[in-house]
Amino acid sequence: MGLLNNHGVFERHSLLLTIGILITVSIGGLIQMAPLFYMENTIEKVEGMRPYTPLEVAGRNIYLREGCYVCHSQMVRPLRDEVERYGHYSLAAESMYDHPFQWGSKRTGPDLARVGRKYSDEWHVDHLIDPRALVPESIMPPYAFLAEKSLDFRHIQDDLKALRAVGVPYTDEMIENASMDLRAQVDPDIYFDEQDALVARYTEASGREGTVQIRDFDQDPDRITEMDALVAYLQMTGTLVDFSTYEAEDLMNAR
Amino acid sequence: MSEHDKDIDQPTGVETTGHEWDGIKELNNPLPRWWLYIWYATIAFSIGYMVVMPAIPALPGMGTNTRGLAGQSDRMAVAEQVESLRTQRSASGAALLTASLEEIETDRELQQFAMASGESAFGDNCATCHGAGGRGAKGYPTLADDAWLWSGTLEGIQYTLQHGIRHEEDPETRFSLMPAFGRDRLLERQQIDDVVNHVLSLSGREVDEAASSRGADIFAAQCASCHGEDGAGDRTFGAPNLTDDIWVFGSEYRDVYNSVYDARNAHMPAWGERLDEATIKSLAVYVHSLGGGE
Repeated sequence: MGLLNNHGVFERHSLLLTIGILITVSIGGLIQMAPLFYMENTIEKVEGMRPYTPLEVAGRNIYLREGCYVCHSQMVRPLRDEVERYGHYSLAAESMYDHPFQWGSKRTGPDLARVGRKYSDEWHVDHLIDPRALVPESIMPPYAFLAEKSLDFRHIQDDLKALRAVGVPYTDEMIENASMDLRAQVDPDIYFDEQDALVARYTEASGREGTVQIRDFDQDPDRITEMDALVAYLQMTGTLVDFSTYEAEDLMNAR
Repeated sequence: MSEHDKDIDQPTGVETTGHEWDGIKELNNPLPRWWLYIWYATIAFSIGYMVVMPAIPALPGMGTNTRGLAGQSDRMAVAEQVESLRTQRSASGAALLTASLEEIETDRELQQFAMASGESAFGDNCATCHGAGGRGAKGYPTLADDAWLWSGTLEGIQYTLQHGIRHEEDPETRFSLMPAFGRDRLLERQQIDDVVNHVLSLSGREVDEAASSRGADIFAAQCASCHGEDGAGDRTFGAPNLTDDIWVFGSEYRDVYNSVYDARNAHMPAWGERLDEATIKSLAVYVHSLGGGE
């Protein structure tokens, strides 16, 4: 018991006490966090997940800027009523390229994890401009200005580089062509070759056909607006993973 | 501690910790028994919990997470719950799959089942655009009236639900493309003004007669092939009836002008990708019952 009798040393030296506290607390932290880096099934093995295209990244940045996450979660929980309403429960793999993730903590509006391709682009645009014109009981604020505001994508390359720095596997080619990829995705009438290149790049990353949606998202063919980017992002959410190949019964995927 | 170190506080008879600050000493009372036993109990509980429930994650070499004696998994549990829900519905659900839409409408029990399941599916998936009860909104057709763009029959509604309208990914989708007469410079602004006047006159609205008669020729040349010579529309192309004064995109001059200028090739997603067949059938029956079913 000699060691325990020396606790006076800690009580009389504040620096020692601080270091002692740090060591004690970090033991708890390490036990919680460290396994996540070594676990073999933290992120499920899925097919189809790919890094977001530059337009989707730009849209996601607007989603963050406007604080959509304050009212909308992106996390379908494994509960019967949620699966019935929203579709397959969310997988960790589906947010592995999200920095930061958008699970949210509160639903004032519905979950958006699987809103992609559920409604038409027109609906998203009309609804963002005036939510109550379509859903009278909605309390969502209008975001009409998004349709007016041209998208500023001067720094899209840097956005991709930053994401790569935290582990999103963007290739050099993707980063180099970021700006052109963004324009090609939203302008279906010109940039034919660039569109093919964009689709080829991101389809290769995904390993699955048809994950890149190319069209004018806001029905304003003359400009690239913030609305274009946000709707492009929303129409992609939850559509990347190929659930026909996902093995929900595999014990590796049990939680 | 050895015996001679003991320092007993006289008034309480309790041992002190042996520290002294300016003559003040600290009693060394033991922890309350009830507290201590609860603490021991939580430790025992946590050991039991690790044995019964999944507790140790899949560290390298382990393969999978420990499953625990109970083998509890939220994901497996929800799969079971959804499955049992299917079974509960299966009697009526299976009948939905085999019965024709007409049979569903005439069989009272089946119809009730389809209506209930159609209504709940409509609330989440369709009402966002078409409004509660299919009342519609500007740009989104009312489903509760008898004006239909493509088809108002049970089979027609089912087809629209299954394949959508102008839904790129579905090769069987309902498709037509109205030209953007203004944006693509097919007509001058003046000509559009004339043709809009003519279109408005078709439903008996008061318009500029001179413009309307000029517009009649343009209508015959540019619009009649889809909307019909009399403007009554053609469901083969989803071309709306222009004579009934029902307007999806608004009835004002400005709205109609914009429709001609930019074209409104609205899009409806194909629900066959997202909803199962029984749900789509239920939805068809539900939508058909809203007021305008043919």
